[in-house]
Amino acid sequence: MSLDLPQAPSEPLATALGPAMADAHRQLEICNACRYCEGFCSVFPAMTRQTSFAAGDLSHLANLCHNCRGCYYACQYAPPHEFNLNLPAVLAEVRQQSWEDHIRPRALARAFQASGTAIGLAIIMTTALLFWLMTQIGSGDGAGFYAYMAHNLMIAIFIPAFVGPLAIIAFGLRSYWRETGGTWPRLADLRDAFGSVAQMRNLSGGHGDGCNFEHEDRFSNARRYAHQALMWGFLLCFMATASGTILHYVFDWPAPYGLLSPPKLLGIPGGLLMTLGAIEMVRLKLRADPDLGARRVWRGEFAFIILLGLTAATGLALYAAGGTLLVQPLLAVHLGCVLALFLLMPFSKMVHGFFRLSALIIEAQKRRA
Amino acid sequence: MAFDGYATAQGDWDLIVVGGGNAALCAAITAAEAGRSVLILEGAPKPWRGGNSRHTRNFRCMHKGPLAVLTDRYDEDEYLQDLLLVTKGNTDQDLARLVIASSEECLPWMQAHGVHFQPSLSGTLSLSRTNAFFLGGGKALVNAYYNVAADLGIAVRYDAQVTRVHLDGARFTGVDVTFGGGTSQTIAARGIVLASGGFQSDLDWLTRAWGPAAANFLIRGTPYNRGVVLKAMIDHGCPTVGDPTQCHCVAIDGRAPRYDGGICTRLDCVPFSVVVNRDGDRFYDEGEDTWPKRYAIWGRLVAAQPDQVGFAIIDSRSLGLFMPSVFPPIRADSIPELAVQLGLDPARLDATVAQFNAACRDGTFHPTERDGLATQGLTPPKTNWARPIIKPPFYGYQLRPGVTFTYLGLQVDRTARVAGPDGPLENVWAAGEIMAGSILGQGYLAGFGMTIGTVFGRIAGREAAAHVA
Repeated sequence: MSLDLPQAPSEPLATALGPAMADAHRQLEICNACRYCEGFCSVFPAMTRQTSFAAGDLSHLANLCHNCRGCYYACQYAPPHEFNLNLPAVLAEVRQQSWEDHIRPRALARAFQASGTAIGLAIIMTTALLFWLMTQIGSGDGAGFYAYMAHNLMIAIFIPAFVGPLAIIAFGLRSYWRETGGTWPRLADLRDAFGSVAQMRNLSGGHGDGCNFEHEDRFSNARRYAHQALMWGFLLCFMATASGTILHYVFDWPAPYGLLSPPKLLGIPGGLLMTLGAIEMVRLKLRADPDLGARRVWRGEFAFIILLGLTAATGLALYAAGGTLLVQPLLAVHLGCVLALFLLMPFSKMVHGFFRLSALIIEAQKRRA
Repeated sequence: MAFDGYATAQGDWDLIVVGGGNAALCAAITAAEAGRSVLILEGAPKPWRGGNSRHTRNFRCMHKGPLAVLTDRYDEDEYLQDLLLVTKGNTDQDLARLVIASSEECLPWMQAHGVHFQPSLSGTLSLSRTNAFFLGGGKALVNAYYNVAADLGIAVRYDAQVTRVHLDGARFTGVDVTFGGGTSQTIAARGIVLASGGFQSDLDWLTRAWGPAAANFLIRGTPYNRGVVLKAMIDHGCPTVGDPTQCHCVAIDGRAPRYDGGICTRLDCVPFSVVVNRDGDRFYDEGEDTWPKRYAIWGRLVAAQPDQVGFAIIDSRSLGLFMPSVFPPIRADSIPELAVQLGLDPARLDATVAQFNAACRDGTFHPTERDGLATQGLTPPKTNWARPIIKPPFYGYQLRPGVTFTYLGLQVDRTARVAGPDGPLENVWAAGEIMAGSILGQGYLAGFGMTIGTVFGRIAGREAAAHVA
């Protein structure tokens, strides 16, 4: 234990933070006096570096938490104990608030993070928009998908729809980085953080048997594996798209691509992984106790998983439906999903990846310091 | 075979296990793995299952070389010496050696039954050689064992208070039990393991043992260890071990809940404090030794003061020197103001602190080891860490005695068989706190309660399984 820590008592600070932050503060002080959970994940060793917590510290710990729930089921102070500790839930709420505070415009983040209906409407609207564009503007004489929508039109829609939200996230992360005291990352920090993400170390339970998600206090790696399928699947699909772009512009090899081309070799396994990962995530989420997460955003999180699964599944269906009448409607739905996914990146659960990666990098820095 | 609600627990049971903590689960699992049908009667409702085990965190383990998370070696003789040091010889050496020698094989058994260990927790690194810490603490261990129990088809009934144990001569025949406080029923079985803990949460019993002072005690663990089964066996004339008037008791934060405050209500500030009683007077050397070696005597010291209360006073320089406590300290900019907030006489506390400060001398203050920085001409002296309390803000904590466990228990032999009025009972075994007084007659050794419970739980399960076969 460090001996030169800030020594201000924390009560006045806690009341200035707002209800969720104040409760997180209260709970962390109890945790810090117990420390039995030290080995579960990165949160507890980070917590023990301090004896009092400012808002930035709480945001940092909240974004480090992967909601594995090991600490809840192990907790001697969980309800009905009067200390009423539910760290996964309160950190989920603080984490949620940190995204909604750092991402601008805040109103959009608040609307889409919580509401499955809003996400559903967004998908319908983007799909309708693309369908309308296809029927109104069409393509002229393009081949493959470009027969339905010209390449330049796609580019004109999707480049801003991708870059704009990324810029919003970048500004949000800059603000988060400042609040939590992060510095310019070193290679070792990045290696540490990406290594943690690649193995989803914080969902291993610290012992490798996994987390406490769908079977209460029994450990399981199901969520860890489902998350990795979804994440790696998404990255493969992203690489498939990127490879198509490179082929188009650098090698002058436009779509459609055959089965043995990079976009398909990356995209088909990616799409399958994403679809299966999303189905498993839905199954797990339906079995898990919603009171151990941020309950108010449960529907938004659920809709976001559906959106990811739908994006992948329609992409695969589109490939399977090649040459039939289904291509046009499927293309509209698929591109609608992709567009919704892009546009909602800063305002949906998608943003968790950026913040959590940041938290892991910042944690590596703090550990080193 | 899993039971829910309050359906009947009647069945063709080989074994009833009374209690639902570590010792009970070790016994039940061992017997079920030997093919016996087992019914666990846990007195607490499900969220509170596990007795005091849910508050534990480690297992003291002998080992001849590095073992799992344990470093170096910790042999039988050293372990026994550590035990004799705290019990002042008040131990059954034969049973103690049995527990110590068996502890080594327990650790892999625990791991095979879902218990995860971690390196020593921050703040307890000094124990990395002797004690294996449960990842997530005792409740995680208890959860793992209940999952194994479910997989083995062991029936578990919660909220099941055993009120009587029927004996026919030296032979157990059945128990009376009430579910959820309902009507009593008698359940028969071919054998019984008693693992239902001590009596420390029965305040009336504590009051009989300690006098009216016990009304001001806080119970650090479960409110369900009321000693009902222990008393039933004593009423049968079973011989007991351990001092009936003693309990293990430490000084904890006076704001802790009456029951179940557990680890996080402890206060480690005493060595850096001036500790006064209700009247604002010091009463013992706060710096006698490092806290791990002294924390166990302070419960008793505070219990002996008027109203069973003490107050630890520190200044801002000492606030970061100990593990943070769960309750924020009372804070004031002067000693008299602090006294008012703590309900003490301001002039008296001011005088006591001034007298202490005047007795402090120059020297090097070293918080993590005995620094010999002692007061001069003060009674009682403070023999280490005597640094004047001068830098505001000042902080105060109220101290109360917190009872961990009681020593009175049933007498058992090496096979965990319970002694009756006329020699060993035929088919009654005991494990855990209910019999720990044989081995731990006085004091406490960190992680040793779980060792006794695990070793004797497994012995009781094995012996009972063999007997009822």
